[in-house]
Amino acid sequence: MRSATLRPLGPDGWLVSFATAFEDAANRAALAFRAAIDAEGWPEVSETSSSLVSAFVRFDPLARGAETLEDRLQNLLSSRDWSAADLPPGRRLWRLPVVWGGDLAPGLAEAAEAAGLSEEDAAAALSQARLRVLTLGFAPGQPYLGTLPPAFDLPRQTRLTPRVPEGALVLAVRQLTLFARPGQTGWRHVGQTAFRVFRPEAEDPFPLSAGDEIAFDPVSPDALGEIRRADSTGNGGARVEEIA
Amino acid sequence: MTALIVQRAGPATTVQDLGRPGMIAKGLSRGGAVDVLALHEGAALLGQGPDLAALEMAGAGGTFRADGDLRIAMTGARMDAALDGRALTWNASHAMPHGAELRIGAARAGRYGYLHVGGGIATEPVLGARAVHLAAGIGRVLEDGDSLQVGPDPGGAIGLTLEIADRLTGGALRLFETAQTGLFPDVALRRFAETIFRTDVRANRQGARLVGEGGDLDTGGLLSLPSEIVLPGDIQITGDGTPFVLLAECQATGGYPRIARVLEPDLPRVAQAGPDAPLRLRWIDRDETLTALTSWCRHLAALPRAPRPLIRDPAAMADLLSYSLVGGVVSATDPEGAP
Repeated sequence: MRSATLRPLGPDGWLVSFATAFEDAANRAALAFRAAIDAEGWPEVSETSSSLVSAFVRFDPLARGAETLEDRLQNLLSSRDWSAADLPPGRRLWRLPVVWGGDLAPGLAEAAEAAGLSEEDAAAALSQARLRVLTLGFAPGQPYLGTLPPAFDLPRQTRLTPRVPEGALVLAVRQLTLFARPGQTGWRHVGQTAFRVFRPEAEDPFPLSAGDEIAFDPVSPDALGEIRRADSTGNGGARVEEIA
Repeated sequence: MTALIVQRAGPATTVQDLGRPGMIAKGLSRGGAVDVLALHEGAALLGQGPDLAALEMAGAGGTFRADGDLRIAMTGARMDAALDGRALTWNASHAMPHGAELRIGAARAGRYGYLHVGGGIATEPVLGARAVHLAAGIGRVLEDGDSLQVGPDPGGAIGLTLEIADRLTGGALRLFETAQTGLFPDVALRRFAETIFRTDVRANRQGARLVGEGGDLDTGGLLSLPSEIVLPGDIQITGDGTPFVLLAECQATGGYPRIARVLEPDLPRVAQAGPDAPLRLRWIDRDETLTALTSWCRHLAALPRAPRPLIRDPAAMADLLSYSLVGGVVSATDPEGAP
């Protein structure tokens, strides 16, 4: 991993990047560094976030002392090796029922072939993966999940799939994303869940947070239909536990 | 309970307020009115808080009827407005008695007009705000026949107006460095600021494409960036070298390189610039930025004391209105006409 960089994102933001391309270690560093900023409780900081390889700080540039924020961030940054830091506490493990392939997720066959696997082996590998929410983005609450085994380092499709439904799991570049809303995608639609990542009407509108972990429980299309019918929460049959 | 009935909605009219700041970590951009200054001006004209919701009318207004006695104000893009056939002054507050019909026409200068009501539009808040966020799937555009509840209006003056510095016909945009500014060569940054841009006709709440002679930028080597946080005002450069200014409803993250951030006080100017309005860019340093942001905060804080009585009598208003509209049209089409 290269050394971290600190640069302005407009007059009211600082971006701390731990790599110039996606690396799992950089994502861990970004999650840990963001949590460390939050723990400082600096009054001029209005908002923090983490993306794939960076932590972001938004602040009030007119607040007293704001001109020293850069130095404080730099000191915090050089105080330790952030890629070796523990991930923040309070994370959760979600086990999501999923249908791999078939009519509900017609992109599995192509993804498996590109990965040099049979459909069954691809589904088994995806079911065994324990993934982390690398970041939320693209649409509200929509997680990027990683990192899958190297076999799944697949490029985007050359053409777009015009529409995948809400809850679709699509795959590219050793990552999955779980669609917040129906939409088009250049990634391969390998799985389908009944999990809603954005619930504007709910008390907790964004169930997932960056750093949460995800595992999949493969189910049949009929079972997913049953789960959908019985579900009033948007959880789609997911089981959730605190990560100790 | 009073209400504003939407008899005929323009093509892209939405309820907007100051949006939902602080949710970037969840993948939700702030959203809210693209011309935030217009929200503050409407609030000042009605003597209420800028956090109340108003209607944002993109390109054209619509026809509305009052269910109950209302106070109204119009700000932002210049549109023809008439109450029961009588022309109303823009950037001013008026009474809209029960049963009265308000017709608001197409924008003559600028893109986004705002209709404010005393007490604010009182749709059900979602995530702490009423702003419709189309990209995120929160709310929808208004449709004919919609009835919008109006919040309790403690009452206040009408017949007030505001003197407003032009922001509908382009002008200067101040730029500060952002995520990838340092990755562009100095010569590209200089040339970028020497180009006079206009916005593309397809500009929307998510952003405005900038078109300008020699404005295209080489992004060679910058197209495999990991996705990062983006904010309204960031100017991103797409693969073919075209700059886009991101506006209120942009995505929360994105992977295109960003060359600059347009200062927040200048964003209404971008949002309102029609395809004929020239936009000039200028890099500024942190000291000048802080001075600009300080005066922007002072301006917003002083707005509630700024409204003055409309001095013309109603019979003379129609003449004044048509005069100022002609002026707006002329300056909008004259590339050198912006202040």
